[in-house]
Amino acid sequence: MIALLRRDMAVATRAGGGFGLGLAFFLVMVVLVPLSVGPDTGVLSRIAPGILWLGALLACLLSLDRIFALDFEDGSLDLLATAPLPLEGAVAIKALAHWLTTGLPLTLMAPLLGVLLNLPVPGYGWLLVSLALGTPALSVIGAFGAALTVGLRRGGLLLSLLVLPLYVPTLIFGAEVARRGAEGMPVATPLALLAGISLGCAALIPFAAAAALRVNLR
Amino acid sequence: MLSVSGLAVARGGICVLADVGFTLARGEVLILRGPNGVGKTTLLRTLAGLQPPLAGVVDCSADSMAYAGHADGVKPTLSVRENLVFWAQVFGGGGISGALAAFDLDGLADRAAQNLSAGQKRRLGLARMRVTGRPLWMFDEPTVSLDAASVGLFAAAVRAHLAAGGAAIMATHIDLGLAEARVLDLSPFRPRPGQARTDPAPTSDEAFL
Repeated sequence: MIALLRRDMAVATRAGGGFGLGLAFFLVMVVLVPLSVGPDTGVLSRIAPGILWLGALLACLLSLDRIFALDFEDGSLDLLATAPLPLEGAVAIKALAHWLTTGLPLTLMAPLLGVLLNLPVPGYGWLLVSLALGTPALSVIGAFGAALTVGLRRGGLLLSLLVLPLYVPTLIFGAEVARRGAEGMPVATPLALLAGISLGCAALIPFAAAAALRVNLR
Repeated sequence: MLSVSGLAVARGGICVLADVGFTLARGEVLILRGPNGVGKTTLLRTLAGLQPPLAGVVDCSADSMAYAGHADGVKPTLSVRENLVFWAQVFGGGGISGALAAFDLDGLADRAAQNLSAGQKRRLGLARMRVTGRPLWMFDEPTVSLDAASVGLFAAAVRAHLAAGGAAIMATHIDLGLAEARVLDLSPFRPRPGQARTDPAPTSDEAFL
């Protein structure tokens, strides 16, 4: 399992792995927001938590189809399915590798981009916490979508259509934590729900994704 | 080691082979032959457990076999050594030096797999089987894009594997020079016209895919 994690990290961070793609998209999107809504700092600081969460979510979506599509194309997925590693474990590890190369860098970058949107000072810590708790759910749910669409030609758009509705609860509670944090309100309830979503997804979705992969490999 | 009886396999919902039966013991190699589309790949994928059979029994423990399909499962941005080490770790096998030597990959070990030729990449895919440490090897067209010398290396590797108590089953069109190989022609196992099952007409769901 460690070997699979190490290989996926190596593949993602080498040439053509798309490691910087999500980060660059996040940066560009956040830079475009003040250009489109205007430079009013009051408006910007009010929408900052929501925009940062939406940006991180869309940036995460960009690299989802790589989770399984590349392995499917070069045949490694067949070989992994016949390897001693349980497919559920392989899915969990691949989702973890996706989070380490996408969700974690996005989380660390978000406070820097918060400056561009005039995020209120108390919001930085909570933005970091909410993204750190919520992005694992995005990666795991995304792995499920990727497993459903693996093997389809140009399945990327279908993947987005499948996955975005499933992202709704994570987005609602994640952005709520960041917003309440920025406004200095108590955050315990949405934070607990966000953590619950992430933990529940991480525990259950690998089984669903592995079942979807088995069907798609036939 | 592998025993198959009454096996029927389907591709795309259509039954392509019915009533296949054979056994394979240690030290034996079975070569599947038949015209294109007869179902060699489908049969191998079914034996490997990648798809369920329509009918029949495959008696083989799942952790005794290693499968090599049309694609090599090689990551282009990793080096030859990294690719092999990864599979060796996944299968809990030992070192990779024997596999590198057996397929003449020593000089290429530190080259990125994307810079290999098609034949070299195939040799890397075949070398992967040696690091799995599994007794039953299944190959689907193992000699595609290999030159004569590499086919010889492959035959030697299979022979060494048989001598060590392993077994192999492969679908191939060329003569490997394995004198001891048994040949199974799949053409007689085509289902009779009435036996072929087809799926119902595709539904509107598929328009979204």
